[in-house]
Amino acid sequence: MIEAQNISKSFGDHQVLKNVTVQFEPGITNLIIGESGSGKTVLMKCLVGLLEVDEGQVLFDRRNFSGMSFGEKKHIRQEIGMLFQGGALFDSMTVEQNVIFPLSMFSKMSSEEKRDRANFCLNRVNLVNVNKLSPSELSGGMKKRVAIARAIAMNPKYLFCDEPNSGLDPRTSIVIDNLISELTKEYKMTTVINTHDMNSVIEIGDKIAFIYEGQLWWEGTNNEILTTDNKEINDFVYATELLRRLKT
Amino acid sequence: MQKIVNLAALIIMGLLYSFGKYLLLIRRVFSRPEKGSLYRKQILLEIDNLGIDSLGIVAIISVFMGAVVALQTAANIDSPLMPVWSVGFTTRQSIILEFSPTIVCLILAGKVGSRIASEIGTMRVTEQIDALEIMGINSAGYLIFPKIVASMLIYPILVVISMFLGIFGGFLATYFTGIVTIHNYIYGIEIYFEPYHVYYALIKTVVFAFIIASVSGFYGYYTKGGALEVGRASTKAVVYSSIMIILFNLILTQLLLD
Repeated sequence: MIEAQNISKSFGDHQVLKNVTVQFEPGITNLIIGESGSGKTVLMKCLVGLLEVDEGQVLFDRRNFSGMSFGEKKHIRQEIGMLFQGGALFDSMTVEQNVIFPLSMFSKMSSEEKRDRANFCLNRVNLVNVNKLSPSELSGGMKKRVAIARAIAMNPKYLFCDEPNSGLDPRTSIVIDNLISELTKEYKMTTVINTHDMNSVIEIGDKIAFIYEGQLWWEGTNNEILTTDNKEINDFVYATELLRRLKT
Repeated sequence: MQKIVNLAALIIMGLLYSFGKYLLLIRRVFSRPEKGSLYRKQILLEIDNLGIDSLGIVAIISVFMGAVVALQTAANIDSPLMPVWSVGFTTRQSIILEFSPTIVCLILAGKVGSRIASEIGTMRVTEQIDALEIMGINSAGYLIFPKIVASMLIYPILVVISMFLGIFGGFLATYFTGIVTIHNYIYGIEIYFEPYHVYYALIKTVVFAFIIASVSGFYGYYTKGGALEVGRASTKAVVYSSIMIILFNLILTQLLLD
């Protein structure tokens, strides 16, 4: 379980996160949703340690991550997999080398074992015959899937996904969403997804945290979000004409 | 007057801030690597990328530089009191003391510095550096340390090659123009040779190599934004590396040739 306890974060005079307390459960997909600029990306960066929190603490299974030194954080970071918005695949490496990279850094596997593990992870995300391709030769959806394969290569306990559907067509988005959801249940990971895609919210939102103006505004499930009478939630969920029509 | 003082204070504060940030980055760069074998592989790769790839331009510049120095020296020695071997002697001294270590490193600051800054800067804006950090890898060490070590290993070799080719360029110029005889040119090359001057040049080169890789790495590593900022970081890397090279050239010359 990942816990954010009373975390605040400011940039200069602008306070982006205001005393946010939220828990993310293992084995389910936890979604952070909110409008652009609401602070959800900053929250995720604070959770993974890319930004230092000004106040409060982040706990990974009761281990105080935010209070650790760079060296101490390394051990927890090796338990984290992360899918970035653009994939963040290493340009200078092939697909296979990208997946093998964390294994080469932190495992004592032989070359053969590493290759087998990479193939297993690539097969798991339904990618075949792409091992020798470079990231520039892949489509957006394939890049995301390679990034997922790299993220799960080390059998992470925690998986973070920053807008996994951005730049993807609706059908590919559903494929990526379902893949993340399946992997979460299969490996019992604590998965945190940062999104503003309503399809993801409905499809895989086991637990949803709505961030509004830097505060945790609402928490619930994908069923509850459709029936809540919270005005800010409704403004966000039914922002599109299509959903408004479906509601009525 | 007050405005000028305030502006100067601001500039100095800015420089001190950047210098402090640079020192902190260098401390991270030289912290213990996660896996030595991977770093060794990276160093070999960077020797190829940053050094071997630059061999062509170093060779061309050195040959022409040597030829021009020989021709200019010959054109400026009118006095019969000056010995004819002065052309070879001046060419050798100019090439060894200044042209090969300093001019070649300035050219490498342009070619390699912009490459390092834009490569690392692009990795920053495409979140590849964040990906390394999330994995628990010291990204500064992984990306910059191999480049610094590779540069410090390969540039002295490039500079020695440049010295030979520069002197050879002077030889070609004298051979084809007949400004002095080949015998006199070679005699000038050999006379009053001090091996310490080569050591001095190599010490300078190692320092310049460190400056190029670390300063360029610094500007690339702290890039923020998008493609435009990567371009800016690349330009800053070249400008500041060149300024630092010129500054350290003066300091090292005073210290080592005093």
